Amino acid sequence: MPEPILDVEPILEVAGLRKRFGGLAVTDDVSFAVAPGGIHAIIGPNGAGKTTLIHQLSGSLRPDAGRIRFAGRDVTSLPPQRRARLGLARSFQITSVIPGFPVLENVALAVQGRSGGSFRFFRAAAGEARLNAVALAALDQVGLAGRAAALAGALSHGEKRQLELAMALAMQPKLLLLDEPLAGAGPEETTRLVALLSALKRHHTILLVEHDMQAVFALADRISVLVYGRIIATDAPDAIRADAAVRAAYLGEDAPEGEWPEGEWGA
Amino acid sequence: MIPGLIRRAWLPLLVLGLLAAAPFIGFGAGHALTLLARAMIMALAAVSLWLLVGGAGLVSLGHAAMLGIGAYAVVALDAARITEAAVVVPVAMLAAAGFALLTGAVAIRTSGVHFIMITLAFGQMAFFTAGSLTIYGGDDGYTLYGRSLVAGQRWAEDRLGFHYLCLGLLVAALLGGRVLLASRFGRVLRAARENPERVRALGFSLYPYRLAAYAIAGALAGLAGVLLANAAEFVAPSFLAWQRSGDLLFMVILGGLGSLHGALLGAIAFVLLEEGLSHLTEHWRLIFGPLLVLSVLHLRGGLAGVPGQMAGLLRRAGRPPHA
Ligand SMILES: Nc1ncnc2c1ncn2[C@@H]1O[C@H](COP(=O)(O)OP(=O)(O)O)[C@@H](O)[C@H]1O
Ligand SMILES: [Mg+2]
Repeated sequence: MPEPILDVEPILEVAGLRKRFGGLAVTDDVSFAVAPGGIHAIIGPNGAGKTTLIHQLSGSLRPDAGRIRFAGRDVTSLPPQRRARLGLARSFQITSVIPGFPVLENVALAVQGRSGGSFRFFRAAAGEARLNAVALAALDQVGLAGRAAALAGALSHGEKRQLELAMALAMQPKLLLLDEPLAGAGPEETTRLVALLSALKRHHTILLVEHDMQAVFALADRISVLVYGRIIATDAPDAIRADAAVRAAYLGEDAPEGEWPEGEWGA
Repeated sequence: MIPGLIRRAWLPLLVLGLLAAAPFIGFGAGHALTLLARAMIMALAAVSLWLLVGGAGLVSLGHAAMLGIGAYAVVALDAARITEAAVVVPVAMLAAAGFALLTGAVAIRTSGVHFIMITLAFGQMAFFTAGSLTIYGGDDGYTLYGRSLVAGQRWAEDRLGFHYLCLGLLVAALLGGRVLLASRFGRVLRAARENPERVRALGFSLYPYRLAAYAIAGALAGLAGVLLANAAEFVAPSFLAWQRSGDLLFMVILGGLGSLHGALLGAIAFVLLEEGLSHLTEHWRLIFGPLLVLSVLHLRGGLAGVPGQMAGLLRRAGRPPHA
């Protein structure tokens, strides 16, 4: 008997997470859970603490308090590389690739990380057909296979975004943390990346931090709203649109111009 | 394949070819061979340091200590009348690698300027320790009874034999280094040099890779130390002085961090320039210093980058003005 979806054990569970920078509570008693499958989005105005939250989830920042459970175990005190090996893959808000490596080798390194046994000293890694085949498949998935031989540093911004996604996919992760994957992408690139994300969500669980509201409402299955370090609502997209507190937070005087497209409200 | 190799690496291949031919093209005299042996040994040490600096991004200012420990291993065995290379070489390499493992276990936890300072500190500790070894002559150093035996033969005593021994080991180190850097292990090191946070996010713990690289480079420097002790038939604490570490670092940077053979070019140029200038004037350091500064400022990519720069100039010169 398949279990009803709501009773499924969450892949990620955050409880009472807190982080202060000096006097500023950037993560303020944050709790939420991500169910396996689909896209859970985190939205919030600039400076709300979204990136800081992602850093704590990925392990590059230590929370002051609270617990993080991932794939059935407490990972609160594990470093990033251990969380990655448990199946947590991330992309960075500021694109982060190995610029001096060819595109294919960036992804092959990701495959190598999961295939174990990198203490190998003799065989040329660039010639390992097994690593390259998986890497090429991941590049194909994000539509970057044609650029496999280019240097990663020479890619356009949007292509680097695609490469980051390919690296994350090549890790065959249980959860993808994506920090503003659309930031800095032009309209055409945005369309392509949104199509890509909506294809990926059929087979992957994604925690998506994104500024582009149109994209978020088109993609997300659930949305958490983060304001001044606190989660003020977690719900389905339609319910979030209708939420009075969310509207107040976004339409208050602190809200940046045009961040919450008016046209979206009635849609 | 072969033409591509020649186009990319004609300069180091030319240098190695000249080193191989040197005894037969007018550099067969004792003094010239002594100088060339020193250059090749420094090149071997520079290759080992390049693996750290250019390969793993670990800028060490204590590499002469590894070299010196290899040399002092020769001394310790010589004092016990053990001179067989089959014993001396592995002992020296293991001693240097052991020192690298112990000090690296601490140093690798730091990065950037801290790593430079801590490797300098460990290097100075080794330097002062060597000076306090009164059984091996203390600050005055130790004169070997003789060169190491190779399979019981006095092969290393033969000037030509020693020349080709150094050359062979240098070529082997260059080839081995290439293989290492191209392996899975080397790929992790190179990626971590460019973007460590990214590599960690892919699931790699960098510490064991960097520590292993540090030990491997230490072992190779220990081998260079064995050759250096044999070349001079004398070992002194000055072998471990921080100035020697600085010289090695300079060779690596002069040669260029873009490719491993930069270490070869940098070391040969450094040793020959030092020798040439010191014959011109006793104030040669006044010329040497500014020359080194100019080379760093103007040779982007170091000496290893010169062929590429020349090719670029030629292409530009050959192009019609308004094409
Ligand atoms: N390392 C840091 N030290 C001090 N303050 C920081 C640091 N990182 C982020 N902040 C502050 O924390 C707040 C939240 O930042 P961030 O998590 O980047 O927000 P978001 O990603 O939602 O735009 C901002 O006010 C920012 O200035
Ligand atoms: Mg952010």
